[in-house]
Amino acid sequence: MAIYDSRRRRSKFYLGLCFLAVIIGLGWLALILGTLFFEGLRNISPAVFTQMTPPPGSGGGLLNAIVGSLIMTTLGVAIGTPLGMLAGTYMAEYGRYSKLTVVVRFINDILLSAPSIVIGLFIYEVMVAKMGHFSALAGAAALAVIVIPVVVRTTEDMLLLVPDTLREAARALGLPRSIVIGKVGYRAARAGLITGVLLAIARVSGETAPLLFTALNNQFFSTNLNAPMASLPAVIFQFALSPYKEWQQLAWTGALLITLTVLALSITARALQSQRPAK
Amino acid sequence: MANNLAIDNAGLKPAEARLASALAGFKLRDTAFHLLTLAAAWTVLILLGGVIASLILGSMPAIKAFGLNFLSTEAWNPVTEKFGAMAPVYGTVVTSLIAMAIAVPSALGIAIFLTELCPFRLRKPVGIAIELLAGIPSIIYGIWGLFVFAPFLQEHIQPVLISAFSGVPILSTLFAGPPYGIGVLTAGIILAIMVLPIVTSISRDVFETVPAVLKEAAYAVGCTTWEVVRSVVIPYTRVGLIGGVMLGLGRALGETMAVTFVIGNAHKIAPSLLAPGTTISATIANEFTEAVGDLYTSALIALGLILFVITFIILAISRYMLMRLHQQEGR
Repeated sequence: MAIYDSRRRRSKFYLGLCFLAVIIGLGWLALILGTLFFEGLRNISPAVFTQMTPPPGSGGGLLNAIVGSLIMTTLGVAIGTPLGMLAGTYMAEYGRYSKLTVVVRFINDILLSAPSIVIGLFIYEVMVAKMGHFSALAGAAALAVIVIPVVVRTTEDMLLLVPDTLREAARALGLPRSIVIGKVGYRAARAGLITGVLLAIARVSGETAPLLFTALNNQFFSTNLNAPMASLPAVIFQFALSPYKEWQQLAWTGALLITLTVLALSITARALQSQRPAK
Repeated sequence: MANNLAIDNAGLKPAEARLASALAGFKLRDTAFHLLTLAAAWTVLILLGGVIASLILGSMPAIKAFGLNFLSTEAWNPVTEKFGAMAPVYGTVVTSLIAMAIAVPSALGIAIFLTELCPFRLRKPVGIAIELLAGIPSIIYGIWGLFVFAPFLQEHIQPVLISAFSGVPILSTLFAGPPYGIGVLTAGIILAIMVLPIVTSISRDVFETVPAVLKEAAYAVGCTTWEVVRSVVIPYTRVGLIGGVMLGLGRALGETMAVTFVIGNAHKIAPSLLAPGTTISATIANEFTEAVGDLYTSALIALGLILFVITFIILAISRYMLMRLHQQEGR
């Protein structure tokens, strides 16, 4: 009986530690989000969305950074999504059993978690150094490189979930594969494919490191793709590390905006995914 | 009659021709689409090749100038153009180790709670919360670390650590010096918080692959919940867990923004964990746009190459482990 008691006590002890981990882990994350909302909401005002980033010591907003982020994210996703979807289509449809697919899947998974600052260096080497100046285009290209693996992964996964009987039925009618993929595969996996794109946008919208030396930053409003452009993450980086109170407060507000965007996108993606009919 | 047949033939022939040309068009478009997707798949490989090639090309001047000494030199002096990677590499490894030492046990605890203990009603919301947190950009953790966590550590924790360990042989060097707030330890803890949701969500997925029969059998012979976890769940999922931990480590090594805010950017290797240091990614993020001269830029790119090689190896091991787990499942 003594042995049994000590085993039970040990079990209780370790499970108690697990419980403690949950409290500390989730509590800590809640604390971070709490501070973010508190600091971010304190200074939010219409000026944030209507005025440019200010010089040190005066008030202003984040309009140029928000617009810059929107432009570069849109462009990056617009370049990365078709490429990623086509590659994912090859892996799930034409080349499902080919060796190339195994290799691409492996490499893609590595690119998926590769340090994003290295992607920034890559784009700096191939675009910024060749063109001789920083540009929004280079920033968008860096984001596209980050989008591609995310979209490849979800496209392949979602197409593999489409039952083969559907494809076989369509093939039996004599349709070529490209039409089967377009009218059956993509249509059946539509919710999943949209989820993938949303997740890619979420991933990209908070990326800072690859933008620092591709799009650089810009204190003024600019829509010129061939010139440096401001972005929310880059502005947060610059403002948070500055000694000026106004800048630091704007950094908090920007951080809140990014977090809200990312959370909204992930929640929408999740809702879409759960709508998907059972396999 | 003969007349009718002739009309039929005449009517069929164009139809047949139309059918044939439509089929040929189908075939052409199918081949074109096939080649297009194939090209896209190759693009992924070319991207990786491009990243490696451009990093090697970019770091050539530094490799030529310093050779292998680059790895073992601590000095980093842009004025005299003497560069060495030792301090950033050391910082990267130490902060990642601190992060993993904190994050892995906590993540396993949370994953065990989610799969074995949590009431069914709570399982889904808590799981979703963790996955949402895994998506929060690292710059958020960085800004929180800089404005909230570092001042807190400086005022309340670090002085206590310094005075508590002042007489103890090894610990007194690890926790020595003035309490800056920012430094290697702070960066490690912030990284831990950032990696926690990633490792947790993989561990939970892996734990869920354990067949219920195995656990039920263990319970039936009288095992306690902890014994089931220790002797059935963890051994069964070992390969996948290592994969998940490696994935977290890969993220921690390459993480830039969360670290850059709180590490202090000092190019030296200090024995104290409270001293400011630097990591590879923080060095690149801070200095790249201000780097003047080819050698300086090249040295920074060489740092990027080192980082990429390290994370590539770690991530490759991680993916290999996770792939083996999927094969195991399929069997």
